[in-house]
Amino acid sequence: MTDTAEPTTSAEGSGAVLELLSFKVGEQEYSVDIMAVREIRSWTRATSLPHAPSYVRGVINLRGTVLPVVDLGVRLGIASAEPNERSVIIVVDLGDRAVGLRVDAVSDILAVPGSGLQSPPELLADQADAFIRALTIVDGRMIRVLELTEVLPATEVAA
Amino acid sequence: MSDPMQEIRASFFVECDELLEALQDGLAALEGEGDDAETINIVFRAVHSIKGGAGAFGLDDLVGFAHAFETVLDEMRAERLDPTPELLRLLFRSADTLSDLVRAARDQAPVDAARVETLLAELEAAGGVEEAEDEPADFQPMAVSLDLDLGDKVAVPAEPDPLSAPETLWSIRFAPHPKLYAAGHEPLFLLRALAALGRADVTCRIPDAVPSFETCDPGASLLAWDIRLATPHGEAEIRDVFEFAEGLCELSVVQSDPEASVADLPEPVPSKGGPSPIHRDVETDPSRPVAQDLSEPMEDLPDPSPTVTSAKPETATPDPAAQRGPKSGATVRVDLDRIERLVNLVGELVINQAMLSQSFTEAGLAGDSTVASGLDEFLQLTRDIQDSVMMIRAQPVKSLFQRMGRIVRESSDAVGKSVLLVSEGEATEIDKTMIERLSDPLMHMIRNAVDHGLETPDLRRAAHKPEQGTVTLTAAHRSGRVVIEVRDDGAGINRQKVQSIAEDRGLIPRGLTLGDAEIDNLLFLPGFSTAGQVSSLSGRGVGMDVVKSAISALGGRIAITSSPGRGTSFSISLPLTLAVLDGMVVETAGETLVVPLGSIVETLTLRDEDLAPIGGNATAVRIRDSFVTLVDLAALLGYAETRRSCADGIALLISQDDGAKAALVVDRIVDQRQVVIKGLEESYGRVPGVAAATILGDGRIALILDPSDLIARPPGHGAASLLLTEAG
Repeated sequence: MTDTAEPTTSAEGSGAVLELLSFKVGEQEYSVDIMAVREIRSWTRATSLPHAPSYVRGVINLRGTVLPVVDLGVRLGIASAEPNERSVIIVVDLGDRAVGLRVDAVSDILAVPGSGLQSPPELLADQADAFIRALTIVDGRMIRVLELTEVLPATEVAA
Repeated sequence: MSDPMQEIRASFFVECDELLEALQDGLAALEGEGDDAETINIVFRAVHSIKGGAGAFGLDDLVGFAHAFETVLDEMRAERLDPTPELLRLLFRSADTLSDLVRAARDQAPVDAARVETLLAELEAAGGVEEAEDEPADFQPMAVSLDLDLGDKVAVPAEPDPLSAPETLWSIRFAPHPKLYAAGHEPLFLLRALAALGRADVTCRIPDAVPSFETCDPGASLLAWDIRLATPHGEAEIRDVFEFAEGLCELSVVQSDPEASVADLPEPVPSKGGPSPIHRDVETDPSRPVAQDLSEPMEDLPDPSPTVTSAKPETATPDPAAQRGPKSGATVRVDLDRIERLVNLVGELVINQAMLSQSFTEAGLAGDSTVASGLDEFLQLTRDIQDSVMMIRAQPVKSLFQRMGRIVRESSDAVGKSVLLVSEGEATEIDKTMIERLSDPLMHMIRNAVDHGLETPDLRRAAHKPEQGTVTLTAAHRSGRVVIEVRDDGAGINRQKVQSIAEDRGLIPRGLTLGDAEIDNLLFLPGFSTAGQVSSLSGRGVGMDVVKSAISALGGRIAITSSPGRGTSFSISLPLTLAVLDGMVVETAGETLVVPLGSIVETLTLRDEDLAPIGGNATAVRIRDSFVTLVDLAALLGYAETRRSCADGIALLISQDDGAKAALVVDRIVDQRQVVIKGLEESYGRVPGVAAATILGDGRIALILDPSDLIARPPGHGAASLLLTEAG
């Protein structure tokens, strides 16, 4: 992590250092802005919601409030383990509400200069593309920065 | 700076609501029991206080109207006006308009000026005409005032014109008690008001021995004033200025020697009546509560506002001026948000208590008698707290019913029927949120009753009924629910007409044989409106279906009974609260679900011989003499494949308001208990068939089902009906 600035196409300011929480979904490494993370919880079985999309695991009790949990593996279309004891729920703020993200493991907190972020290549009009806001390389590993608002589409809430 | 004012303003409007309620009460009492001096006083004071407060905020429309209103009431108070039915109707309408004006002032919304004008004219006519008849007897020397055009005198029609009357010289002595300041009064304003009556010469009497600054008691009242006032007004008007200072000061008003010179008195300029600067020192004394400063702009407010009365450190004795206001019990105003928070916290407590007792059981401690009894007590306390908190939210339906009085008056006027509204059980308490959300449906039902339910006066006469129709509004607690009934003594439902209309609209096929109840329930179909002609009142295409869905959204049910020639009655049955629910906890396909107890008619163990396949893949169960469709809950919710056999399963017989029934098949009944309702929509969104969520004793979330939504799902949706061709 150096301060030598590289040209960037990202909207992120070049001076500020961004802190990212990185985690694993299947074999891929993702991250979210740590400011959006409210807490990290161990996996508890969720109560299924009838007729919900497959990636909505259900709802859990977060100290008295009802928290919907999205299985990020299913959402991103990545083969990942069935939820087990070692799965983790990352509670993130999505505007005025919170959502739990089911991931396989939390790995690290990374400080990345805003300039270290690159826009994802516009190669594929693939569905998964919309979930990725930026890419960065840390210690030779590619880390994907998640676009949180796409995870639980607003239309489902408005209905 | 604007913030404190905003707060005072807000509290004025809250006060107004209470005063308006007292006003309605008083008018209703006048209507029922005739003119009782005390009741008229209450009504008068309510209007007067609103006027006073409105004056302080410069709400001129409100002041003007309240004044005209008050004038008529004053005439009644003085027994110069008899409370005839016509007059009472006028008063009721004025009260309605007054509340409109209050609301308009609060929301800064426009008012129906024409309506206000008409009423003003009527009020003035009512107050003025009587004055013309009676006044010569009372005020012989001032008969000259009768020549004035009353139409122009919006402000004070009952008073003689000051300009035409001779001035007299009064000598007034005013020595305030400390209590006067404690109650938030300001002598300056009283003196100004006095000076406005005529020409005043004010002398402030400062005691010879003013204590030094160190020994001075900041709460003491040292100053007194002598006023010489030349005014055409009488003693009564002068004393009126001090009306709200009564008992808080020494006051003497005597007529001076008429020979004394009035020429040296200053011209009546209100601001010149100010006392000496010493007075300001008392007023801005730093030891005084800040609230008093806030009250400063309210110089014309004759009644102590709540902010002011609460800030009286010195006096323990009740302020007589404060007691003058309409009587209200010892109450505290609390922000609804705080109560919401309390309710939520108690909800958490209930869940936590359940979790605690479960973990005791799991730890094998439940057998320990001290643990068990401690836990029992905790349970009891939690329940008590929960009940008490729910009670805070509960409010009598009275305010709701009062609003309906207005609807009856307006709607009966609009259709030219004379209607009496009788309300019973106004003290019945119900959740506040529910009261708010009931207003619209109830309003609609009342309008319907007046417009469609009651016959025209001609028809009523022909049917040997009293010409005045009656709409009865009752509320009562019945087996853990609140039942609100709207009943009219009209012609009852014309079932033939209802059926033919439903046929014409294509709502039902032609030529069906329907029972009475079935026909009555057609009224709840969307797009049904029985009004032969579209009146201005109802028949706007918004029908009883809207009422029904509003009631259902509150967890309520609506039923209809009608007998020809005798009338129709709609009864709404509602849960006591929106925060907790009695439910049956069931398990199916490994999921725990809660079914509202209110919708379960009975539970059944399915026996092979009672099951019968219908058609290709549906099954019915025989319950006594009727057949009910079986619905596999797990399949319906998409949790599991439709089960092949239901024999030995358990079914909950669910009934809907319209009589539709279904039997939900589940694996197991776990418990029957109260659950705290947690919204699902705000955190996730609406889930079909699910009303809300709750948290169970083990900390997990269980969904609370909405059986009517479940059953109403289109049959093509999922595997609602059972595949049971191979049953048995």
